[in-house]
Amino acid sequence: MADPLLQVRDLHLALPDLNAPRLFGPAPQVGILHGLTFDIPRGATLGIVGESGSGKSTLGRCLVRLLEPTGGTILLNGDDITHASPRDLAAHRRDLQMIFQDPMSSLNPRHSVLRLIADPMRLHGIQDADAKARDMLDRVHLGRRFADRYPHQLSGGQRQRVGIARAVGLSPRFILADEIVSGLDVSTQAQIIRLLEELVADMDLTLAFISHDLSVIRRLCREVIVLRAGQIVEAGATSKIFSAPAHPYTAALQSSIALPELDEGWLLS
Amino acid sequence: MVRLWLSGGWLAILVLAAIFAPWIAPHDPLAQDLFLERLPPVWIDGAEPGYYLGTDSLGRDVLSRMIYGARIALIVAVLAGGAAALIGSTLGLLAGFYGGWTDRIVGRIIDIWMSFPPVLFAILLVAVLGTGLHSVILAIAIIDWTRFARVIRAETMAQSRMDYVASAVVIGRSRLGTLAAEVLPNVLPTLLVLFSLEMGIAVIVEAILSFVNLSISSDDPTWGGMIAEGRTQIHFAPWVLVVPMVALFLTVLSFSQFGEGLKDRIDPVLR
Repeated sequence: MADPLLQVRDLHLALPDLNAPRLFGPAPQVGILHGLTFDIPRGATLGIVGESGSGKSTLGRCLVRLLEPTGGTILLNGDDITHASPRDLAAHRRDLQMIFQDPMSSLNPRHSVLRLIADPMRLHGIQDADAKARDMLDRVHLGRRFADRYPHQLSGGQRQRVGIARAVGLSPRFILADEIVSGLDVSTQAQIIRLLEELVADMDLTLAFISHDLSVIRRLCREVIVLRAGQIVEAGATSKIFSAPAHPYTAALQSSIALPELDEGWLLS
Repeated sequence: MVRLWLSGGWLAILVLAAIFAPWIAPHDPLAQDLFLERLPPVWIDGAEPGYYLGTDSLGRDVLSRMIYGARIALIVAVLAGGAAALIGSTLGLLAGFYGGWTDRIVGRIIDIWMSFPPVLFAILLVAVLGTGLHSVILAIAIIDWTRFARVIRAETMAQSRMDYVASAVVIGRSRLGTLAAEVLPNVLPTLLVLFSLEMGIAVIVEAILSFVNLSISSDDPTWGGMIAEGRTQIHFAPWVLVVPMVALFLTVLSFSQFGEGLKDRIDPVLR
């Protein structure tokens, strides 16, 4: 296999505990991530699962460098971006995109849909940003008539399509999707997942998909890592992990959603 | 809708009166005529034609003085309100967005500033700066910027926690660019409402300073000055006091209502 797009080595993150009582000095640090090591190969679709509080969103925010790790290294394309300054990151920003969980909060309510999609392109010096943004509206199956609308005029699914267009419009190498369907109803979830599948295949994207919903992960991701309390408890091919979980936590996580399936017939008993 | 039109209508009348004062005013606002002193307004018996709102104790036409007074009131409202808004919201935006030391320093300055009693502070400032229109404007701006700084800081802080700011980082916007292009548009409606309130407050403060004779020279008609003069005549010519008070009341109310109404109208999120 070729060299991986993202290499994560012994990643640690600790944040100041603002709730801790203290009289003087800086707040004590609480560890969130404890030594994570994994690779994301080019073209991979990696699922990151875990219960809430397991650190999956925090890990995601480290990967796109919204947070600065306190230990370990992250290599993007061989370049160390672990502690890169905003100035150094600028060159990599185009390749590290993110789709947020809640588009109502992550799309600026005062920017039109067109601007939301065209602004990232403009910032990276892409010519004809407006025309390309309109093309993106077609690609995410929204249609050009949405160009002049504002986020509050859209439904949840439409908003998330704008979020996707905004990230994908830069044709990044890596996209992080953080719980992007958890706020949507089931049929809309399926449409969004299908769209993401389509774009990943068409545009050769490398995707990390954070979710607590194992059925979505099973459908979308070929590899998966299972997080618990900031540590990787299991990693590998999705099919393998779900058919034969090696760690009891994975099995528990899986059974927590698959219960009715496993206990088929419980109504009759 | 109604309040936008009503308040906008009154403000439009004021603006027109202020701009075209020399052409509209029926009399010279400074011309005294002791034979015509304390004439009542037209709706009271004994009024003299041509003196629609009556005359004061020196026989000066109240309406003409009101019209010329509107000039001072509006100049103070716009310039003092604008200067306070500029200083206060710049500091508030920076403190709320950058946090840390910037925030601590601005926060402390605000705390110190707000512990001065505002009217005494204004009087003190004018006493130091000397009377005159520009020192009144300066004094109001120096005192009232904290009103903007406090509210804009809090609003900016709340906005900065939204995911669209994180999203701006991800798409590669600079910090300052994020503040200007993403946060500022979301703070603007609040700023607009504050600005309109502040214009009303500036008119009141100017009137207070005129009342204690610390505004511009007493030759120039101001509403506050007229209220101060009217006070001494309240038993003989109540209109000299009442007319500028009503105008002051309507103007301050109109500024705040116009700001609120305009915010609802131009805000895409509320529309």
